[in-house]
Amino acid sequence: MIAAAGVGKPTPLVDGIDKVTGRARFTADIACDGALVGRILRSPWAHADILAVDASAARALPGVRAVVTGEDCDKTFGVLPIAMNEYPLARGRVRYRGDPIAAVAADDEATAERALGLIKIEARELPAAFTSAEARKPGAAALHDKSPDNVQRAVHHEFGDVAAGFASADLVRERTFHAAEVTHAMMEPHAAVATWDGEREHLTIQSVTQVPYYVHLMLARCMDLPESRIRVIKPFVGGGFGARTEALNVEIIAGLLARAASGKVAIRCTREETFLTHRGRPESDVRVKIGLTRDGKIVAVECEAVQRGGAYAGYGIVTILYAGGLLHSLYDVTNVKYDGYRVYTNTPPCGAMRGHGSVNVRHAFECVLDAMAEELGLDPFAVRRANLLVAPVTTINGAQVNSYGLPECLDRVEAASGWRARKGKLPKGRGLGMACSHYVSGSAKPVHWTGQPDATVSLRVDFDTGITALTGAAEIGQGSSTVVAQVVAEVLDLPLARIRVISSDSALTPRDLGSYSSRVTLMVGNATIDAARNLRAVLVEAAAAKLDAKPEQIEIVGGLYRVAGGQDAGLRFEDVALAALAKHGPITASGTYRVPTMFHGGKHKGGAIGATVGFSYAAQVVEVAVDEATGRVNVEKVWVAQDVGKAINPLAVEGQIQGGVWMGLGQALSEETRFDDLGRPLHASMLEYRIPTIAESPPIEVAIVESIDPYGPFGAKEGSEGCLAGFPPALANAIADALDLRLSDLPITPEKVIDGLIKRRRERRLAELKRSA
Amino acid sequence: MKRLLSLVLNGKRREDAVAENLLLVDYLREVVGLTGTKTGCDGGECGACTVLIDDKPRLACITLAASCDDARIETIESLGGGGRLNRLQKAFHVKLGTQCGFCTPGMIMASEGLLRQRPQPTEAEIREALGGNICRCTGYVKIVEAVQSAAGEAP
Repeated sequence: MIAAAGVGKPTPLVDGIDKVTGRARFTADIACDGALVGRILRSPWAHADILAVDASAARALPGVRAVVTGEDCDKTFGVLPIAMNEYPLARGRVRYRGDPIAAVAADDEATAERALGLIKIEARELPAAFTSAEARKPGAAALHDKSPDNVQRAVHHEFGDVAAGFASADLVRERTFHAAEVTHAMMEPHAAVATWDGEREHLTIQSVTQVPYYVHLMLARCMDLPESRIRVIKPFVGGGFGARTEALNVEIIAGLLARAASGKVAIRCTREETFLTHRGRPESDVRVKIGLTRDGKIVAVECEAVQRGGAYAGYGIVTILYAGGLLHSLYDVTNVKYDGYRVYTNTPPCGAMRGHGSVNVRHAFECVLDAMAEELGLDPFAVRRANLLVAPVTTINGAQVNSYGLPECLDRVEAASGWRARKGKLPKGRGLGMACSHYVSGSAKPVHWTGQPDATVSLRVDFDTGITALTGAAEIGQGSSTVVAQVVAEVLDLPLARIRVISSDSALTPRDLGSYSSRVTLMVGNATIDAARNLRAVLVEAAAAKLDAKPEQIEIVGGLYRVAGGQDAGLRFEDVALAALAKHGPITASGTYRVPTMFHGGKHKGGAIGATVGFSYAAQVVEVAVDEATGRVNVEKVWVAQDVGKAINPLAVEGQIQGGVWMGLGQALSEETRFDDLGRPLHASMLEYRIPTIAESPPIEVAIVESIDPYGPFGAKEGSEGCLAGFPPALANAIADALDLRLSDLPITPEKVIDGLIKRRRERRLAELKRSA
Repeated sequence: MKRLLSLVLNGKRREDAVAENLLLVDYLREVVGLTGTKTGCDGGECGACTVLIDDKPRLACITLAASCDDARIETIESLGGGGRLNRLQKAFHVKLGTQCGFCTPGMIMASEGLLRQRPQPTEAEIREALGGNICRCTGYVKIVEAVQSAAGEAP
């Protein structure tokens, strides 16, 4: 029914039919068959010393098969080898409301719940800090001994001559911005099913993860098992957006419980627990200062970012480095100063979220630039065009740029939105705003410096002459398995139906770092090309033997193997494959990809973060209608163009861009995690955490720009994150156009619009009074 | 306390002894084994568990199984079959109205309920009918397109 398609053709997802029929099995669906129920006891305190945990009554309860506490695991875990400071179950200290203390495996839910209630904890509460400012106050209680001032990492970067840059500017402006914390709220709650085979001392885990390999590593570490005794399987995953780009405590706790109970344990987190596990985008305070010449050239940038990181390290160092690394590399900027502070607080730990590190600084930067353009009487598009890079180029922080489609992105959205004819001419309350953004196609340097390839793909051909692509790349709905299938089909000139993709089962698939930082299309795509070429070489050799020719004489045309220039009909793939199989037995051809070291970024400390093989670039225009009476902002339409290098699957790329822009819309308009003054979450449900519904979501018109990156697979770069960061500033700039009111803080709620209007009215009245006096 | 529940599930009558406090979603997933219906929230907030009860979209996670006595229940597993996708399943697949797929069964059942009542819905009607179904992947753009495309075809 669905036409097969190679690279560049819109292709429905290879696993799409499973999803629309309900056949797709997610982790919680597997758990349905006869597993013990695992439940986690979480800290009711934001910050406390745990003096004693008494689980004897819980253990004695009939139907309870295992109880584990901090006693059962003395290993920390974390995604960065230099910053593992979290225990799967608290040892001695809890640092946020929701920090796991103990866990129970029981025959059923009710028994598990009862058992949790029987665990007695003796604790001594400590002073807690819920904001960066509180945590940084002198005398604030330290969360971690290594960071007595609660600053996990301070970053200071300076490039060029910033003072001279500002001195040469015709206009210098500075503003501060506050962005609320947001979280992924992917549709599937966290879950893990762990099975312990006591006789063989072997663990199998199925979990909702984007990074099966990191889960594998952390299970081995925390359970003190060789990796070879662990099998990690990723079933269908209901979205990620960064929430699952590190091993989570729930996965390790499931493993510990399964071993303690010597059986199968399923933990299905509630939505509230999923919110508390968090790992989202930190609340950020950003100060940006920009110097411009009269004609709009950026001559200096200064930025300070403070991130409320939450209770543990997680990806924190990377997030605060990304904020600096991605601040300016979008444009041609040569004088930059960046100071970043990652702060520990007694709130759920932050982590990676779509647009990791870049979103809140981009918002500040693009808002200031827009206001300065207005002040100088310049068009916002003209200001961007005055600061474009010319590829190939190395940015001031050492990132390589070999393709740069931003100019075309600007042209496309300017034309599509009717900008020139409509900007500034819409009726009162309506406005147009624009902004640009970019993102990496995978972080160039891996988290673990092992010397192993960044990506590996194996292709297997058996006597059924089907091709099985084995990849560790985690398909989480973004379409990575479809990309792998398309690339194989393209290189081998075969219909898609001949290719079956198996993703992420450590017993079958080669190691892959996982789905994060938009690395998969570029890295796994390149590894897939390599694997497919290696398989083709085996097939060509078999064809040559059959045709009595040399391999270099063989060409593949329309899927047929024949001697170049010859008159024979040629051999079909099946015939060639069977000939090769007769000689070799089942064929496995592997391919690898290693990011060349020239892409590893600047030599300065932290210089690898923000460096990539290829950046995606995006420009967008947002049209709003604002009701001045209620403060309600309605987004009428979005035009977005993204340079994705080459759209391997234009259908999926379009879907990813729409989803990315829309996630920016949620952060810009309504999403916010909130805590009361005791650190209790006020947002931890799908009702209180305000995700835009279909009713208030706008049409999003996508233009795909293809700059054909010389290092991407078929020229491809990432296609799902680069567009997100541009939405919040484009929206704020559109509101400025509609109301002549510049709002800085996110989300831009009706209250903030009304407060802004009232404040402006007062200021104008005061100014009038002064003038008349 | 258990009671006898008799209903027509996906076209077949069946009878089960169920606890009075058993939720319809748990009945479908754990008693019958139909795991296409999903749980995405802690109750009534996300729409992932939407099924049809007597042709109307309802949330299985806030419906007691026992309240469905004599009702007609349809889940995602009832659509299509025999090697043929139903028009909404096909449209969601071909138009990419599904990415991760977790909201998809609920989204399709809510859309099915709409098309039975309004065979040619306007865009506003589609957006209203799906207002209780959250999707975190698509931005809803291709979901609207999928429902519009399905509305033009025979069921």
